[in-house]
Amino acid sequence: MSSNNPDVSKHKTFLIDTTKCTGCRGCQVACKQWNQLGAENTKFFSGEGYQNPPAMSEYTFTRIKFKDYQKNGQNEFAFYKEMCMHCNEPACASVCPVGAFKKTAEGPVVYDAGRCIGCRFCMIACPFGIPKYEWSKAFPLVKKCTGCYSRIKEGLQPACATTCPTAISYGNRTEMLAEAERRIKNRPKHYYPAIYGKEEAGGTSVIYLTHQPLDELGFKKVTTRPLPSYTWQALRLVPGIFLTMGGGLSLLSWFNHRKERIKNEEAFKNSKVKPETAAPETKEEMQ
Amino acid sequence: MTAAARFIINEVKGYHNFLKFMIFLVALAVLASAVRFIFGLGATTNMNDTYPWGLWISFDVVTAVPLAAGAFTLGAIVHCFHIKKLEPLIRPAIVTGFLGYSLVCIGLLLDLGQPQKGWHTLVYWNVHSPMFEVSMCVMAYTTVLFLEFLSPVCEKFGYHMPMRVLRWLEMPLVIAAAAISTLHQSSLGTFFLIAVDKLHNLWYNPLLPLQFWMSAIFTGMSIIILEATMVHRYLGQPDESELLEVLAKILPWVLGAYLAVKFAAMAFLSHGPLFDRPVLLMLFLVEIIVGVIIPMIMFMKESNREDSRMQLRGANMIIFGVVLNRFNVSMFGMIQADQAVYYPSIVESLVTIGIIAGHVLFFVLLAKYFPIFEHHPETVDYSLPDRFHPVAGHEEVKGVEA
Repeated sequence: MSSNNPDVSKHKTFLIDTTKCTGCRGCQVACKQWNQLGAENTKFFSGEGYQNPPAMSEYTFTRIKFKDYQKNGQNEFAFYKEMCMHCNEPACASVCPVGAFKKTAEGPVVYDAGRCIGCRFCMIACPFGIPKYEWSKAFPLVKKCTGCYSRIKEGLQPACATTCPTAISYGNRTEMLAEAERRIKNRPKHYYPAIYGKEEAGGTSVIYLTHQPLDELGFKKVTTRPLPSYTWQALRLVPGIFLTMGGGLSLLSWFNHRKERIKNEEAFKNSKVKPETAAPETKEEMQ
Repeated sequence: MTAAARFIINEVKGYHNFLKFMIFLVALAVLASAVRFIFGLGATTNMNDTYPWGLWISFDVVTAVPLAAGAFTLGAIVHCFHIKKLEPLIRPAIVTGFLGYSLVCIGLLLDLGQPQKGWHTLVYWNVHSPMFEVSMCVMAYTTVLFLEFLSPVCEKFGYHMPMRVLRWLEMPLVIAAAAISTLHQSSLGTFFLIAVDKLHNLWYNPLLPLQFWMSAIFTGMSIIILEATMVHRYLGQPDESELLEVLAKILPWVLGAYLAVKFAAMAFLSHGPLFDRPVLLMLFLVEIIVGVIIPMIMFMKESNREDSRMQLRGANMIIFGVVLNRFNVSMFGMIQADQAVYYPSIVESLVTIGIIAGHVLFFVLLAKYFPIFEHHPETVDYSLPDRFHPVAGHEEVKGVEA
């Protein structure tokens, strides 16, 4: 699990500056190309706004969301790139019964389709709603952004970061955080004073800068405590409870059975029945 | 046509129409599962990326597991807490539990995307996953229940050696059953601890696993009351309401403790608003008042405990409450205010109805062909052998202890 690599500073991290995003959606196209994802029947205005396709799916690992707002009486757009956040301590990796998700040392959270049994617990657990399911198939698997693990292992940058002309920077987490803080400090009027992903879900390998308040742009308000710790605080008690329960009940039954046996023997002794006639087996044992 | 097939057809022809209807429902469910595997989950169910878990997880797994808790609860009450007079209730409870868990396994396999890889949980361990914990426990406990269920089977066919082994194993199995059940009943609650900011605060708190375990205990007892009353009414078995009275006497204590834990957890351990969603609040109140408070008050009165009709009524309310509670936690409480509402598809409903019908059907059939009720435990010596305490040296040992 993720807690095995506590050194998050070296994790490759996306810094997505939404104020620099032009909404060209080159990242969406590059993602589809690199991951060889099928096309979808799309429909304009079918989702929350101008974005297309209307939702992330088994065919869409990243998507630009559009947000209308008014500035000086003019209609403006804000953009927000939706993708896997590659959490430092991923909820999906902690709940998967067969350990199909892994936080790699390089940063991306990767998924092993060979292990997956298709239980969809990762979809329940993910605070960002990222893992999607192959609902079209009889024996479906989970699909999600791979952080282009195959590319970065070879020293390349992820497909979306390579394509993006303006908004995505890619590098070590400490450097990206420092860069984000530098930008906020240099242009305090331009940026909303928060880095989404710095603390969210215990820190993620995708961090965002925005102009608007985060909730207005559709960023989910997520706990800052790493999610695996919520279940682990109960699960860590499992061996203890098993032993306490098993041991306690064993002792209890032993005492109760003993009490009854002694009671029976007392009753037998006081009944003045001759042992020879009543219990021949006992007699044999005594000899 | 072979003689065996003719015999089976004649047997089935002799069944009550109700049983024939159950067979029909099971057949429909088998057909529906075939449809699921041919056309896929997306086409046949109403599950989607917003509702990754539907009726099959909410009922067939999360609700069915506490409904099958009667066997471990009664086993512990009879053998560990030594309330021996309830012994006649044990075998039917074990049959109910064994059927329940087998059907949980079937339901889970239908719901998995890759059921052929289900064995992966045995190989790729992830101890941080509540799902791993539950699947290991369910497999282990189904095995335990199967071994316990073998007793009447061996009796039926007169296999004496296995029966002696099983009798020798009885206590270890009862204790293993209680320990394993404690783990996975509570871990089903742990499932939803990961749904921070998703599950509504009325149900989300760190003590959810404890509440799941406690509610499994009182549900187990209620299921025994329901099952024994039904068996008396429709299968012509003797009236056990005198024994059920003992359970009705224990119930208010467990219900009271559950209520205390629930309210304490809500008051001190949950964060965020509790009363912001009127529909959820109403569901919560129904669950608590109908499922816990009314039966608790009912069973505090002796005349109600003695009345077979009131026993059944109370048990039914508790069962209704727990079913609602599990749906609240695993489905209703997870729906965000702006989401479309999920309802099960025809295939999903047919499968779940078939699973319930299958439970009733197989119970009746097992009761018909195996000695489930004709068990006379009073003739059996259950005391453990004690090597340190030979019968001859009885006085000395007693002297030391006194």
